[in-house]
Amino acid sequence: MKLRANLVIGGALFVLAIFVGLLAPWLAHTDPVMDANLMNAEEPPSWTWWFGTDGQGRDIYSRVLYGARVSLTVGIVSQLINSVIGVGLGLSAGYWGGWWDDVVNALTNLMLAIPSLIFALAIMAVLGPGLTSLLIALGLTNWSFTCRIARASALSLKSQGYVQAATVLGYGDLRIMITQLLPNMLGPIIVIGTLGMGSAVLSEAALSFLGLGVRPPYPSWGSMLSEARDQITTAPWLSVFPGLAIFLTVLGLNLLGDGLRDILDPQSRSRRT
Amino acid sequence: MTGPPLIEVEDLRIDLDDGTRRVAAAEGISFRIDRGETFGLVGESGCGKSITALALIGLLRQPLSIGGGVIRFEGQEIQHLSAARQRELRGNRIAMIFQEPMTALNPVSPVGRQIAEMFVLHKGKSWREANQLAVEALASVRVPAPERRVKDYPHQLSGGMRQRVMIAIALACGPDLLIADEPTTALDVTVQAEIIELMRNLCAERGTAILMISHDLGLVANVCRRVAVMYAGRIVEERGSADIFRAPSHPYTQGLVASLPRLGSRAALGRTRLKEIAGVVPAITNFPDGCRFNPRCAQATDICRVVAPPTDSLEAGGFVRCYHHA
Repeated sequence: MKLRANLVIGGALFVLAIFVGLLAPWLAHTDPVMDANLMNAEEPPSWTWWFGTDGQGRDIYSRVLYGARVSLTVGIVSQLINSVIGVGLGLSAGYWGGWWDDVVNALTNLMLAIPSLIFALAIMAVLGPGLTSLLIALGLTNWSFTCRIARASALSLKSQGYVQAATVLGYGDLRIMITQLLPNMLGPIIVIGTLGMGSAVLSEAALSFLGLGVRPPYPSWGSMLSEARDQITTAPWLSVFPGLAIFLTVLGLNLLGDGLRDILDPQSRSRRT
Repeated sequence: MTGPPLIEVEDLRIDLDDGTRRVAAAEGISFRIDRGETFGLVGESGCGKSITALALIGLLRQPLSIGGGVIRFEGQEIQHLSAARQRELRGNRIAMIFQEPMTALNPVSPVGRQIAEMFVLHKGKSWREANQLAVEALASVRVPAPERRVKDYPHQLSGGMRQRVMIAIALACGPDLLIADEPTTALDVTVQAEIIELMRNLCAERGTAILMISHDLGLVANVCRRVAVMYAGRIVEERGSADIFRAPSHPYTQGLVASLPRLGSRAALGRTRLKEIAGVVPAITNFPDGCRFNPRCAQATDICRVVAPPTDSLEAGGFVRCYHHA
């Protein structure tokens, strides 16, 4: 089988990010929070400080590693919540139709009409800053695309012969949705999911940048960018490295999404074997 | 045969509701199928044969609905059963196979799993047992190397193999009635013969009755003991299948039989045009009064255009709906 470049590169970047996040305590040179030393403040990148240090003398390299934990947790968990909500609503709406479809449609339109970041901001304002509120805010605000896709897939799939055959063979509604509809729409859902993870990482950065995400002094990529804003001309490494980490992770997730779409097609699966 | 027939349909009427009015897409449908019997329903597209089958398994959906009549399964009325009870019948006691084996299987699920699901769903088996039974089921429809084939996805199988898998799924739970809606229309003629043979043998072994729906009179007569011919939503003639070829009674059936191409007829009679029935099938919203075949019937008289003919029993068994039947 010919390995697809986008899948390999995307997968590698994503795995690298997860790896970095998991192994941060072993890979980091210093503690990202405690090891502040004003003697080393604002050192540019060197052999001692790979990514340089910030105004309080903390090692940017170590902070970027630990920041991966927050960014990836938010990206993965919030997108999982979104996918579950979106698929649950969209699939049932498309399959059952009727008033339930109307309700879900109205809700989706509502979500699409409100900018999700603004909505997330509002939720954060109520819940207060912190990782849990970040997960909830981002998990509740980005399901509309997944929902649309799931609904459209369910609508087209339910007239397929095998779905009707399943009805004739005595399958219940829930069983049809789980065994017949869901596996057949999983491809686009996973693609949307990985792309959504990328945008959740960005949203986390945005919310943290605005000071609503993870509270300092704990590092997240977005909050690091936020703190580095004032020194962007004098100490550009403060913003370059967390920015690069966000860029590579989101790029990796997008490439991975593209690559997965090719594999998840059962026709291409058999060509491989 | 003692006891009630397996399935008995009495004066069934199926309504088509297009939002402004109701019209009968099929009416006065009556027939019975005994245990292990083979019964054919023949007619052209849109005559109501497929919706009759859907009514039997309780799957008429808007805009179609049952407008009257009774359907009894083993003597019990089933047309008003709750959705859950009807679901218990479907697949378990009454199974169905479709015209399109290409699309009737879930493309992302191995065929073995799809067969096994029937045992899990209707017989409460564990997946381990069900997978074992699936291999046996696949072997019973003569799929070679079933223990390897169960892992195949539908697109890896040929059309004939897929239809075999469909039959395996349909017969998995040992249903009492198998409804076959144009089961071989999409297949090659040679494969068609194999599939029909397989279906007939398996059902005969297990005592499963067959309700076969087709536009192919020859095929139905070959498989079924009795045949009902439908025209424009009504059964016009019901006979033993041998009789229907030898001495068709209703003018429509006569026309059908006459229009079948005969092997060797060109050698005997020279180059002749195939017989056809003049005119077209009336639209469902515009059925003629009286006998619905009257505009196309050479023997039609005044009464045919006013009053629908009643059913007339024939001496040889069966009935016909015509004032002028042979």
